[in-house]
Amino acid sequence: MTQTNRIQGGQIDRSQSLRFHFDGQPYLGHPGDTLASALLANGVRLMGRSFKYHRPRGVISAGSEEPNALVELRSGARQEPNTRATVAELFDGLSARSQNRWPSLRFDAMAINDRFSNFLTAGFYYKTFMWPAAFWEKLYEPIIRRAAGLGSLSRLEDPDTYDKGFLHCDLLIIGAGPAGLQAALTAGRSGARVILADEDFRMGGRLNAETLALGDQSGADWAAGAVAELASLANVRLLARTTILGAFDHGIYSAVERVSDHLAQPLPGRPRQTLWRIYSQRALLTAGATERPIPFENNDRPGVMLAGALRAYANRWGVAVGQRVAVFTNNDDGLRTARDLAAKGVDVVAVIDPREGGDLLPGIRHLRGAEVVDCAGRLGLTSITIRDAKGRLETLACDALGTSGGWNPNLNIASHHRSQPAWSEALAAFIPGQGGPLGLTSAGAAAGLFSTHACLVSGDASARAALESLGFTATAQALPQAEDAPVAIKPHWYVHSGKGRAWVDPQNDVTIKDIKLAHQENFAGIEHLKRYTTLGMGTDQGKTGNVIGLAVMAELTGQSIPQTGTTTYRPPYTPVALGALAGRGRGQDFKPKRLTPSHKWATEQGAVFVEVGYWLRSQWLPRAGETTWRQSVDREVLQTRKSVGICDVTTLGKIDIQGTDAGAFLDRVYANTFSTLAIGKCRYGLMLREDGMVFDDGTTARMGEHEYIMTTTTANAVNVFRHLEFCRQCLWPDLDVQLISTTEAWAQYSVAGPNARKLLQKLVDQDISNVAFPFMAAGEITVQGTRARLFRISFSGELAFEIAMPTSYGDALIRALVAAGQEFDVVVYGTETLGVLRIEKGHVAGNELNGQSTALNMGLGKMVSTKKDAIGTALSRRVGLTRDTGLRLVGVKPVDPDNSMQAGSHFLKTGAAATALNDDGWLTSTVYSPHLGHYIALGYLKNGTARIGERMRVVNLLNQTEVAVEIVSPHFIDPTGERLRA
Amino acid sequence: MLEALTPLGLTEPQTVTIGRFTIIERGDVALASLATRRTRQADVSACAAKAGIPLPAPGRHATGTLAAFWLAPQMWMIEVPFAQADIRADLLAIFGDAASITEQTDAWVRFDLSAPDLIPLLERLSNFDLGRATEGTATRSVIDHLGCYLIKHGPCDITLYGPRSSAQTLHHALSVAANSLL
Repeated sequence: MTQTNRIQGGQIDRSQSLRFHFDGQPYLGHPGDTLASALLANGVRLMGRSFKYHRPRGVISAGSEEPNALVELRSGARQEPNTRATVAELFDGLSARSQNRWPSLRFDAMAINDRFSNFLTAGFYYKTFMWPAAFWEKLYEPIIRRAAGLGSLSRLEDPDTYDKGFLHCDLLIIGAGPAGLQAALTAGRSGARVILADEDFRMGGRLNAETLALGDQSGADWAAGAVAELASLANVRLLARTTILGAFDHGIYSAVERVSDHLAQPLPGRPRQTLWRIYSQRALLTAGATERPIPFENNDRPGVMLAGALRAYANRWGVAVGQRVAVFTNNDDGLRTARDLAAKGVDVVAVIDPREGGDLLPGIRHLRGAEVVDCAGRLGLTSITIRDAKGRLETLACDALGTSGGWNPNLNIASHHRSQPAWSEALAAFIPGQGGPLGLTSAGAAAGLFSTHACLVSGDASARAALESLGFTATAQALPQAEDAPVAIKPHWYVHSGKGRAWVDPQNDVTIKDIKLAHQENFAGIEHLKRYTTLGMGTDQGKTGNVIGLAVMAELTGQSIPQTGTTTYRPPYTPVALGALAGRGRGQDFKPKRLTPSHKWATEQGAVFVEVGYWLRSQWLPRAGETTWRQSVDREVLQTRKSVGICDVTTLGKIDIQGTDAGAFLDRVYANTFSTLAIGKCRYGLMLREDGMVFDDGTTARMGEHEYIMTTTTANAVNVFRHLEFCRQCLWPDLDVQLISTTEAWAQYSVAGPNARKLLQKLVDQDISNVAFPFMAAGEITVQGTRARLFRISFSGELAFEIAMPTSYGDALIRALVAAGQEFDVVVYGTETLGVLRIEKGHVAGNELNGQSTALNMGLGKMVSTKKDAIGTALSRRVGLTRDTGLRLVGVKPVDPDNSMQAGSHFLKTGAAATALNDDGWLTSTVYSPHLGHYIALGYLKNGTARIGERMRVVNLLNQTEVAVEIVSPHFIDPTGERLRA
Repeated sequence: MLEALTPLGLTEPQTVTIGRFTIIERGDVALASLATRRTRQADVSACAAKAGIPLPAPGRHATGTLAAFWLAPQMWMIEVPFAQADIRADLLAIFGDAASITEQTDAWVRFDLSAPDLIPLLERLSNFDLGRATEGTATRSVIDHLGCYLIKHGPCDITLYGPRSSAQTLHHALSVAANSLL
């Protein structure tokens, strides 16, 4: 197809042609085109269908505010729905499809909805589909979901990457129109660090869309010159194709840079988009303004556009949208469109101007006191009906209509901190109000200063004010001469006549009638109006329609527009891809990995790993011939109890605690006493929260007079350290205590089992006999001459040690331990076996340390010292927590040893109904004990200690299981502790 | 004799060059934290001055007979050439009971980054304002969810300390960022 609507001029490179497809049809465009401009150049006005009624839709704007021309861009895994054709930069090979239609764009069967528009008015889904209730989930909702929506997802993984990053500047300038460019020149020449961001691929804003001159240059040329100078300044960073999405605290702004969207696919290694977090000292909003239409009957037809967009397509892209064009405007800016188009040889059939009196445009049929009341052309505008000042109706043939109801400053970013916009009667528009983001000011059209001269002056002055507040010396710049026309507007929010529908939000099919209905049904508050009608809830967030909607509501309620107010402005300013928010953090890179010192060795052994926070821990280590995890775990458990097993316990938190008050400090943070602990010994410690619940447990060793090493659970390593720092800094700053984490610094392995000592003695240079190194001993040692630490502690109930070496030796140590253990047929075990061993021994872990349990619940009540005060001690003695009938830790075994049990099952007396009233507690941990040959469990049972020997049921209503059990001691093996003291 | 591995899991530190960026894993620097005990600031200052050990101000790194950077109020990380360390014993001999000293060598991976301009790399990794930072700036930052220390030695020369267990993740993040700038 030839570019039938292409006219002379514009900022496109006609020396090159770009091939592209829309709905399978091939077209040609040029570098510098958007998809919309290229389609319009090719005579394509129909680009989409509306959300609800599936009405034909054409482009109405030339920017990011576009509500209508939404397409699916690209194909396959790169398919991107709801892309605005007005900002999609044309590239060779671009492929786009219309969306929300079936079977074709021209004939959409779902347009039948339009026939039922009387039933599909505002809030129809709140009033219908009420019965039968069962139909909602299975019938109504699926149908509505299928009918609604716009573009579709490919459901394929996005093949591109996205980056995140951080930028810093003295002054962030948001928008590169005349105000933004001048501000950047002023600031850049002063030496300040400046970031100038603009969502367009060509900086210049409306200067590129107008024929107005700056000095002796065209606006576009002046903009190009300014950009060139700014690009030469090392202290200025130009971010084209970059949208500032929102303002956050402390001068931070988010921005998405579309690095590769203008290419068929990103260059190797380069991201598709980058999400920037910009740290600014000051920010200047120069984002320009958005034109609004004047709704009239059937104003949603393809070919009815914003007047400024018609002008932009002609001046910037060399496209005459129609051969016969009309303009409907209530302000002088709309007259520019008629003048510019006429100057380019386009047939301007009429300018319809509802304002009475005033000058008439020379050489153009300028109808004062008139308005457009209807139009025709289902798939594209063919004519408009006007009513002149005397009330006479006239039909004018035309294929494009530009409407202008005035311009709304783009104040979104200035309003992101709940600043209320201020109403300007002179502009008939909201301007940025007080109380916006600290450090942000507005200039140019975004501040309601619409002339080019005013934009330049305010950009220069605002930049200087911002810089001077930062201590820079910024001199006033010589500004080029530019037009300084005043704003001349008479509000004309919509055309009152006609019984048909006039669209306010064309994407969501919200009409004047809908707003009236919302008012009639008392959804008159502006936030209610939005949600009841869906006004402004589309991808465009109502950039063209919202102010009209609230003006209509103001008229209905009799309030002023500022009294009616606006809805809340929130980020993002325009839609942002979830991929950009995720950045590189997806798949394997979703979160960092922490590798244990034995990871390399374990990988060589074929270990199965489990994520524990960021850590990857060996879960079990299968051997040849083992086909299920249970086989591996059973072997590891039995061999550990029979001979010796090794487990990497590096992940436990380690905190170095030093200072002359270290012992006193520990006495205050632990429920039990540590100041009396002998040097060279360690002790199990229980840490409570202020409310008396158990926070964490672990062992702490005293390595010197004023030096302790605390271990925490893996899960609470960071939380405990943070808690201790809070205590040290805020609760007891008078104590001499210093803390630092050493979790990463030491590789630590548990060596457990009857042969643990024999194995270790082969490597440790010192005597570790029971006499020299008794139960709960701790000390500095050497392993083949290299420094290490040894702790005689046991989580398994066996004779056990934990040996630690500097992490760099962790790999060598596991290999040395395994080699030394060969004669004992040593096993290395993972977290599953760790769990089995501790449950067999009756030790509590994460399932029992659930944040709702006390030391008494765990059978550790005596550990809460009565001889001293500590965090949580007082509240652990609350009456409600100390009743004999409270929960107590018990062991559980099935009456029938062939039965299994499930954690989370609840205790019930035999014969009691499974109700909350009869609930006696629950199973916290269950495992199969290969040592005992049946399942065992730990649980919290009401008055459990006194119920040893009782038979009960454990019931799991979720899984529909019920097992008869016997309550036993939680210590399934070696209840007297002979093994661990051996 | 047990053989130590580097944080990246190899026997020798690795150096990788990606485009104009060089990432050097350093295995020749020992670390220890030095924290002043309560009311002993004067003693620590005197001991440090006598030994020529700098105790830099907040946010700073300095080099004397040894190098150090600030961690927290009255707390520094001391850097010592690995060959001469038993770092903790050496520092205890200098500071006695005036300070709490904890070896930190194996807690961290150290990467030295060099390039004609490191800003494009760092701005994809950290909120550290490298452009504004003066030489000798030391700061804590977060890279890829990992708490790190960044030290600016010069416009083309940065030291990065990250948690040792995540050395591979950190190196991967550096490599990916460098590759995206080819």
